[in-house]
Amino acid sequence: MELLALDIGWGTTLAIKTIVVLIIIPTGALILGYVFLLKMMSHMQSRLGPMDPGGFHGWYQLVGDGLKFIQKEDVMPAQADRRVFAMAPAVVVLSTFLIFAVIPMGPDLVVKDLDVGVFYALAVSSLSVIGVLMAGWASANKFALLGALRAAAQLIAYELPLLLAVVGVVVQAGTLNLQGIVTAQQDGSIFGFSGLGEPFILTQFIGFALFLVAAQAELTQTPFDMPVAESELVSGFMVEYTGFRFLFFFIGEFGTAFAFAALAATLFLGGWAIPGVEGDWANILGPFVLFAKLMAVAFLMFWVRFTYPRLREDQLQSLAWKVLIPLGLLNLVLTGVFKVAF
Amino acid sequence: MSTERMVATDQLAPEALHHLADAQINVELDTGDMILNLGPQHPATHGTLRLVVRLDGERVVSADPVIGYMHRGYEKLTEFRTYPQVTTLINRIDWLSSFANEVPFMDAAEKLMDIEAPPRAKYIRTILTELSRIATFLLFLGEMGLQVGALTPAFYGFRDREHVLNLIEAVTGGRFHPNFNRIGGLKDDLPWGWVAECRSVMDIVFEACDTFEKLVAGNEIFEARTRGIGIIPADVGSSYGMSGANLRASGVDWDLRRDGPPYLVYPELDFEVHTHPDADSFARYIVRLEETRESARMVLQCLDALPSGPVMAKVPRIIKVPEGEVWVETENPLGQMGYYVISKGATGPFRVKIRSASFSNVSILPWLLRGVFVPDVITILGSLYFILGDIDR
Repeated sequence: MELLALDIGWGTTLAIKTIVVLIIIPTGALILGYVFLLKMMSHMQSRLGPMDPGGFHGWYQLVGDGLKFIQKEDVMPAQADRRVFAMAPAVVVLSTFLIFAVIPMGPDLVVKDLDVGVFYALAVSSLSVIGVLMAGWASANKFALLGALRAAAQLIAYELPLLLAVVGVVVQAGTLNLQGIVTAQQDGSIFGFSGLGEPFILTQFIGFALFLVAAQAELTQTPFDMPVAESELVSGFMVEYTGFRFLFFFIGEFGTAFAFAALAATLFLGGWAIPGVEGDWANILGPFVLFAKLMAVAFLMFWVRFTYPRLREDQLQSLAWKVLIPLGLLNLVLTGVFKVAF
Repeated sequence: MSTERMVATDQLAPEALHHLADAQINVELDTGDMILNLGPQHPATHGTLRLVVRLDGERVVSADPVIGYMHRGYEKLTEFRTYPQVTTLINRIDWLSSFANEVPFMDAAEKLMDIEAPPRAKYIRTILTELSRIATFLLFLGEMGLQVGALTPAFYGFRDREHVLNLIEAVTGGRFHPNFNRIGGLKDDLPWGWVAECRSVMDIVFEACDTFEKLVAGNEIFEARTRGIGIIPADVGSSYGMSGANLRASGVDWDLRRDGPPYLVYPELDFEVHTHPDADSFARYIVRLEETRESARMVLQCLDALPSGPVMAKVPRIIKVPEGEVWVETENPLGQMGYYVISKGATGPFRVKIRSASFSNVSILPWLLRGVFVPDVITILGSLYFILGDIDR
């Protein structure tokens, strides 16, 4: 692989890639946790949020929280299925890591440039539900079980709209490759004006909205946080988890939000591409551009999360089947018609 | 699955169990009910209410409230206290609106002693009662959002309530447990500048109500979660002894401030009693929202009409209440609150029966929760708005 005209062997590349993915997700989770959970939520709720630790706006708070989780006793319920209970958080986090493997951060900066990138990303993102089910079942707790079953029940309700939202983009770009989708947006034009490229949000705005709604359900965030449901199920499937294992769920939650925001930025906002920057500079600026776009999408997601009440499980089903899926199909048909017409 | 059956299967050999299981699958796929203990430690129960819920999937088959985890024996304790000491106890019945708890008891003692508090004391009592109602309802308006999953309104509720609590603290010295009433009046007059401060806080209250109306009641998901959930028909509600905003949300136009025996200065105030025809959780939210505004208006009226004069009547140094019995009921934030006080001429009451609103309001739960989903259980619990101290006493 040729990165910034440096020759790096494939073994070294593999090691670098692995480390990058292993670092990016926890870091991303920390950044989202700090910016949105500690700061934005506090601001919306007219609270200060932590200000003291670390000097600047309490940035050290998250590190402190992390250390706290590590110190905590690892409590396992006596009735728990020990092996499954221990594995569940890892399964949840694993799916997050896997998504990030295909998201391009620059023309050459991609861990694995898969031809079926979109398909792969959506497929591995659903793995986390298995982890949730494992956690809920193995906890030997009725609240956890209810939460896990809710997670499984709402799986179909949002996976289908998510898929339909993305199919529109795929049809327009003509490829499943995420790098290809970014290039298609970069090379596109708005009414013949090609200076800005053509972010797919302009044509796929229905798809973008659907994607955000469905992602909200995928991330078990309000208004679709029924599996967690703090006021009903007291945190649902993770009610029995403490210390480090709970930290895994936390990283999984915010890491997945990070990955989905990155996916949305790539699919609809042009990914790493920025008008007028090409070649090596794109490799250098790409990650930052992607990060900026990703934060914009994540802002929308968390804004909704901190504002809305929670739907009921049956209301989510009717929303999905009566509104989201028909809209997704309509979007797909329109995209197909325009694709053929122009 | 009943316990007898559990014991029986335990004694069978493993092979027999297999046969039993096969036989059952062949007949039908039978899923037993799951018994879920909501509480006593559960965030939605405002303390330590325990609900034993029998679930079929997520649908409630039956629900039994178990109370008594916070029983403190106040009715008995009052028999060993003097009249002025009792206020400390009854402050803690409904701890969110303590001042409103004191009023009926003081009223009862004053009636037995044939003392009347001076007009200024009555006005200040009315103001503080309404302020505690506003504080309680502001918390409800925010917390109801939390019950259906929206985190942010709860903080707005706490934030805006703080202004009202500061007012109460400025007068009485206590945020939650003022202990400010005396038989025959009040401990102190209002502090200097308090009236102007109170007026400006009422503006904050009106603003807060507008915010809640838009942010919570105006939210489509909130409506979807509360409309048609937990419908209490007026006759059922009154047959269970419900009272207060819960009953008014069922369309019963009954408010002790207007319809009961006159107390404080309510007969002189011009106020509306708000009802709602829908009788569901949303109606209860709207009624409380309107009542918060109405209370703020009543406070402003009282401030305008506040007379001058002493705040304490002539009362003997050692209070001995003449023999007799009296029943006093008032409209508290949670509903009808009553004290039946029997005096045998001593310094303390002989027997006090406390009628608290939440106890009756919660007694409808087994009827109300049958057939709803688990999320709706929480919505209904939130919308009935009870305080555990008010149930168990």
